[in-house]
Amino acid sequence: MTYRIELKKVSKSFGEVQALKDIDFKLGQNEVVGLLGDNGAGKSTLIKILTGYHQPTSGEIYFNGEQVENLTVPKARKLGVETVYQERALAELQTLWRNIFLGRELSNPLGFMDIKKMKDETHRLMIESMGFTSSAVTPDSPIGTFSGGEKQGVAIVRALYFNADIIILDEPTMGLSLKETRKLLNFVRGIKGAGKSAVFIDHNIFHVYNVADRVIVIDRGMVAGEFNTSDITLDDLMDKMYRIAETGSFNGAVEQEYSQGQQQ
Amino acid sequence: MTNTESTQPYQDKFSLAKFVRSNGTQLGIFGVFITLWLIFIFAAPDTFLASNIYYAFMSTIPFFAIMAMPLTLAVIAGEMDLSFTSIMAMGMIAFILTYDATSSVALAFIAALLMGTVAGFLNGIIVVIFGIPSLVATIGTQFFWRGAVLVLSEGRSGSLGYTRASLLHPVLVGKIGGVFPMQMVWLIIVTIAMWALLNKHRFGSHVFLIGDNENSARLMGINAGRVRIIVFSLIGAISAFAGVIASLYVTYFWPSLGDGYLLRTLASVFLGGTSVFGGAGTIFGTFIGAFIIGAIEAATVAVGLTGFWTQLIYGSIIVLSVIMHSYLRRRLK
Repeated sequence: MTYRIELKKVSKSFGEVQALKDIDFKLGQNEVVGLLGDNGAGKSTLIKILTGYHQPTSGEIYFNGEQVENLTVPKARKLGVETVYQERALAELQTLWRNIFLGRELSNPLGFMDIKKMKDETHRLMIESMGFTSSAVTPDSPIGTFSGGEKQGVAIVRALYFNADIIILDEPTMGLSLKETRKLLNFVRGIKGAGKSAVFIDHNIFHVYNVADRVIVIDRGMVAGEFNTSDITLDDLMDKMYRIAETGSFNGAVEQEYSQGQQQ
Repeated sequence: MTNTESTQPYQDKFSLAKFVRSNGTQLGIFGVFITLWLIFIFAAPDTFLASNIYYAFMSTIPFFAIMAMPLTLAVIAGEMDLSFTSIMAMGMIAFILTYDATSSVALAFIAALLMGTVAGFLNGIIVVIFGIPSLVATIGTQFFWRGAVLVLSEGRSGSLGYTRASLLHPVLVGKIGGVFPMQMVWLIIVTIAMWALLNKHRFGSHVFLIGDNENSARLMGINAGRVRIIVFSLIGAISAFAGVIASLYVTYFWPSLGDGYLLRTLASVFLGGTSVFGGAGTIFGTFIGAFIIGAIEAATVAVGLTGFWTQLIYGSIIVLSVIMHSYLRRRLK
């Protein structure tokens, strides 16, 4: 079986800081993989390598079994990778339609845009996928006026519109209300239902455990372990996460009262 | 996901409220323009109800207004250029040196445009590759190119009388029907070209985007550095073009060419409602802004005030307009 994405011994350094070390990562066909890890563990760096934003210092990247050299953002997109970033990847002063087609404007060979078509498509997506019903919101509305959940909706729809095979969600529940979060988790299940693959990064272990087939724990730039969610209970996974955060090993002795979380 | 049958296509229904909301700053500056105009007509009807003053405006305003157009793109992209007035003069140095070597006005013109493009491109390289903020980088290149002009011309001015015989002279600075100045036609052409580039072309989309949220632009695969370099090159090319127009108009070259245009050009852009923080701005606003700036000087005198009042009035109108834009922008969200 070929994997949608496979990383072999990928390392990434920023100057003297080694963010990732010898990462082996696989994303299967129609699989949702959750990435867990503390702040600074290297989750973000890893997904930025998958999306072509960062180039690895060493290691190999395979898409559908074929090695890809010099992965860039446009190249990754061609290979079917779409990323739902936080609302931080929206341009607040720009209109909804410009945000949906950001970086991929529909245009003729001379580069002039088909604005009418982009507005029509935006309008259709608003009604069919984003659940905007208010007549105050149009494709010409600037994004800055939207609520957090609405912005997240825009970011997700943007990823879906372009028929991605691999959808990467970078902390998508951050700042969402309970209701919005539930909608989002259903959406991730929908990705799997549609036969696509996803990588889901979140701080919240409950969210990840609920939707992922497999969980990869990253610690200090390395893969600390992998678990199929069907093989491990949530309690066990949480226990292991605490151990790794405290001791750097899944089986290390943990001091009492870790669950009260000495937040630093 | 391209099934479009299930929902109605987007009807861009016209409503006055929506129009005002999305064009607030443009309406604002247009209102200022009309108000000033009415004041001028009321205070000096003899001058402002005759056509002469308007032909005069159309001869002189394009010299800096042409450069304000690509500068608007730079400001929207979150950048600044202070070197274009020196590039104007440097383009003319290339013009004169090429003419001296080849006796061809056409080649001289091409050399001027190339020189401008190269100078702008270098601004872009300094900003993008070396990561120097453009405000600082272009202060440096402003001195550099002015210095190069002085060294190469040895500070001398000179007649460009030979250009009168060439086709370039009537095409750039001739008068249609003996009255309508060609430089105004070029201003309109540059304005429309920059408007189309900014609003109808994907390049313009990327200009807005990198000024608004550069991180987002990068995450979405836009090469922000390339966009910046192109914008600076465009300013360079068009500044050299404006330099040729301004010099051919008087058929004379002064090594100080461009001095005095810097603040007017910048003021046109900001008066027109382009945000100094990037991400928002219009070509239409800059166009109106340039005419307000260009008209004030003549108007002050025509209204009966002494020329000493000019700068005071400039200052008041610029400050009040910028406050108005900031207010409108917040209210119309």
